[in-house]
Amino acid sequence: MANHYYNAEDLGKFGKVGEFQKPMADKFFAWYGEVFAEGNLTAKEKSLIALAVAHAVQCPYCIDAYSSDAFEKGYSEAQIMEAVHVAAAIKGGAALVHGVQMMNKVKEIAM
Amino acid sequence: MKSLKAQHHILANSSQQIEILEHGINHDDAFKLVPFQQQLESSGLFPLTPRALEIFQVNIGKMCNQVCKHCHVDAGPDRKEIMTKATMQQCLNVLAANPSIKTVDLTGGAPELNPDFRWFVSEIKKLDKHIIVRCNLTIILANKKYNDLPEFFKQHRIEVVSSLPFYSKDRTDRQRGDGVFEDSIRALQMLNAVGYGLEGSELKLNLVYNPAGAFLPASQTALENEFKLALKKDFDISFHSLFAITNLPISRFLDYLLQSGNYEKYMEKLIAAYNPVAAANVMCRNTLSISWDGFIYDCDFNQMLDMKVDCTSRHISQFNAEILDKRNILVNQHCYGCTAGAGSSCGGAVT
Repeated sequence: MANHYYNAEDLGKFGKVGEFQKPMADKFFAWYGEVFAEGNLTAKEKSLIALAVAHAVQCPYCIDAYSSDAFEKGYSEAQIMEAVHVAAAIKGGAALVHGVQMMNKVKEIAM
Repeated sequence: MKSLKAQHHILANSSQQIEILEHGINHDDAFKLVPFQQQLESSGLFPLTPRALEIFQVNIGKMCNQVCKHCHVDAGPDRKEIMTKATMQQCLNVLAANPSIKTVDLTGGAPELNPDFRWFVSEIKKLDKHIIVRCNLTIILANKKYNDLPEFFKQHRIEVVSSLPFYSKDRTDRQRGDGVFEDSIRALQMLNAVGYGLEGSELKLNLVYNPAGAFLPASQTALENEFKLALKKDFDISFHSLFAITNLPISRFLDYLLQSGNYEKYMEKLIAAYNPVAAANVMCRNTLSISWDGFIYDCDFNQMLDMKVDCTSRHISQFNAEILDKRNILVNQHCYGCTAGAGSSCGGAVT
């Protein structure tokens, strides 16, 4: 058993999750492929969305994969960083907007 | 920046490059790669054999006004290897005797720096061949005597193929040197001004994209669309097609991969992306490559690794189409660059 939870080499083994449950994995990868294909959004736009979401869900595998992919598809360093700021701002905002709930509760019980 | 050769760099020696490609950085086989030959065997393509010869690529010299970080030729101002008029005449004799060869692809270095470049072009044209010139764009502005190149190209109905790694200054200059982007843009505008690259124009202007880093090209179609939109909007530039070319692990790009610690990952990426359909369509099957000193190779990359064709017709002075047609094409680990993803050739993707 590995003595750490994340290993960069494991990303390359992602396709093997089908070993334990093939039909579901096959469906997932087929769907995944379709999601990231050229569509009403370009594959390039989808790559940047994926990069931002990867930061929001803090998935190191996804960050590795989509940092490379977004740069390869032509986004500059500054554009990629702005996408990360968008993710961070949403995460920060998501925490802060709960402040309203906090205020509601406090106002409910305060004299 | 000097060429590897001028630096007396170990990678200036082609056998050292092959040693690394075959046995790894420390020559100890610790980093094992599937041999390219084995991949071809599994695709039923080994030995790789030629199809009808269509393209005659001539590297007329290694001298260049640029020193690009990824250059597989190790070209630059300090390279003095230049094809002589006598060797050009031998090429012309071969072209005259082989009507099946439809296209002559002139490359370098900057081919325009060869003092006999214009003579060679006009002689090839007399043989009614289609001519491609791989023009680095900045040469047009490098000296007054080259300012009329767009007119010269037009007069000879040459197809111009030019590298522009990206439609932004930052990525272009990082690969090709400071100021290259601005000069390239001005040169493209000069080519447009004489009719090159315009919609419906027979004066073909195609651009070459190659990645500025240790990664593979994105989709050629998507890149072409983006290049077209951006160059039109920002600089009012038009062109016909974009060729997406993968960087092969040779010479200065190999040096970059090793220096940046990317070599092993890049090779793994190429191998993971191996595409048997691309392998069946590699350019060495319909192309021959001639070096400045008249030797014959399966492609420009084999030329830079000094892997001459595997048959008795190895020099332009002994050119024998029949013998060459029956040869087996020489392959090695660098060939993974041409078979990755959508494939890569001097004309871009092959699938």
